[in-house]
Amino acid sequence: MSPDEFLPILQARFPEVEFRLDPLNPQALKMSASGVPEVFSWLRDAPEAAMEYLEFSTAVDHPPDCLCMVYYLYSYTHRHRLALKVDLPRQAPTVPTLSHLWENADWNEREIYDLFGVFFSGHPDLRRLMMPEDWEGHPLRKDYSHPNLTPRPD
Amino acid sequence: MGLMDRIPAYVDRLPGGSVVMAPVDWAINEVQASSMWYMLFGLACCAIELMATGAARYDFDRLGMIFRATPRQSDLMIVAGTLTLKMAPRVKLLHEQMAEPRYVIAMGGCTTYGGPFYHDGYSVLKGVDKIIPVDVYIAGCPPRPEALINGCLAMQEKIRRNKLGQPRGPAIHIPPTAGRFSIPTGTAETDRNPQIPG
Repeated sequence: MSPDEFLPILQARFPEVEFRLDPLNPQALKMSASGVPEVFSWLRDAPEAAMEYLEFSTAVDHPPDCLCMVYYLYSYTHRHRLALKVDLPRQAPTVPTLSHLWENADWNEREIYDLFGVFFSGHPDLRRLMMPEDWEGHPLRKDYSHPNLTPRPD
Repeated sequence: MGLMDRIPAYVDRLPGGSVVMAPVDWAINEVQASSMWYMLFGLACCAIELMATGAARYDFDRLGMIFRATPRQSDLMIVAGTLTLKMAPRVKLLHEQMAEPRYVIAMGGCTTYGGPFYHDGYSVLKGVDKIIPVDVYIAGCPPRPEALINGCLAMQEKIRRNKLGQPRGPAIHIPPTAGRFSIPTGTAETDRNPQIPG
């Protein structure tokens, strides 16, 4: 199934969650944060979707007020994939964890928490993954600065 | 070297004392230079070149350099690769665990001044000499095994010039181009202000 085939099914199934096609990426759907993790749970378990594999999850920083979570799902059964994007408020980005659905989401979310500062509610072990544990700030934010950072001269 | 460093103070006072010290220095230096056992650790891509140097084609062993998997048995630390701020305290600890006399080679651009991470890099230590003293800097990203061997020969040359009770000579810079290293005299302006590439 392609994202535009998923769209009516998801809209009928979750009327309280807002879905729309991503104008930037034909493989992606945008959805509101209220659908996490119920939509993902359904996508994994429903036989017509059967997304057994969370390929990758990451975040994109869109200053000044948006931080976008990106999830890539893949189904070995049907050989189809779907990208889901969730816009979060940049000041206090919080989204429920998916680590109880896919094991690999655990470290993915720790990395996103470390580098972007997204807080995953319900995560069993939300510590920094890459940076030292006493590090301050989240380096992949666009407005990040650090005393050690020398800007490249133009 | 602790106690050994005090010997010249007594021997030099004796008539003909310096004649005694010269062969002692020679013997100590020759032993140290001929068996520089380096610590087995690598941090990034420079470690691949270090492994290549240790393998059969370049044959590090012929310089008397054998890797040791513990700092207690190592004389030389080859810091091979990008040193991140997270790793820096561990490397400093390893250096402290090595017994004197201990020597350090900074291999490649990253350990010399931060390398490609100098600009716009927040997580990389810009020069390993910020935390531990360095004897030889080798330019390159990464340096070829020939450059590393060149650096180790310079290290041996530097050790052969050691004198008991006197401080170690200034750091040696191995240029990125092929060619023989030059031992700094400590007088030229280039010795004190070496040009950092990049």
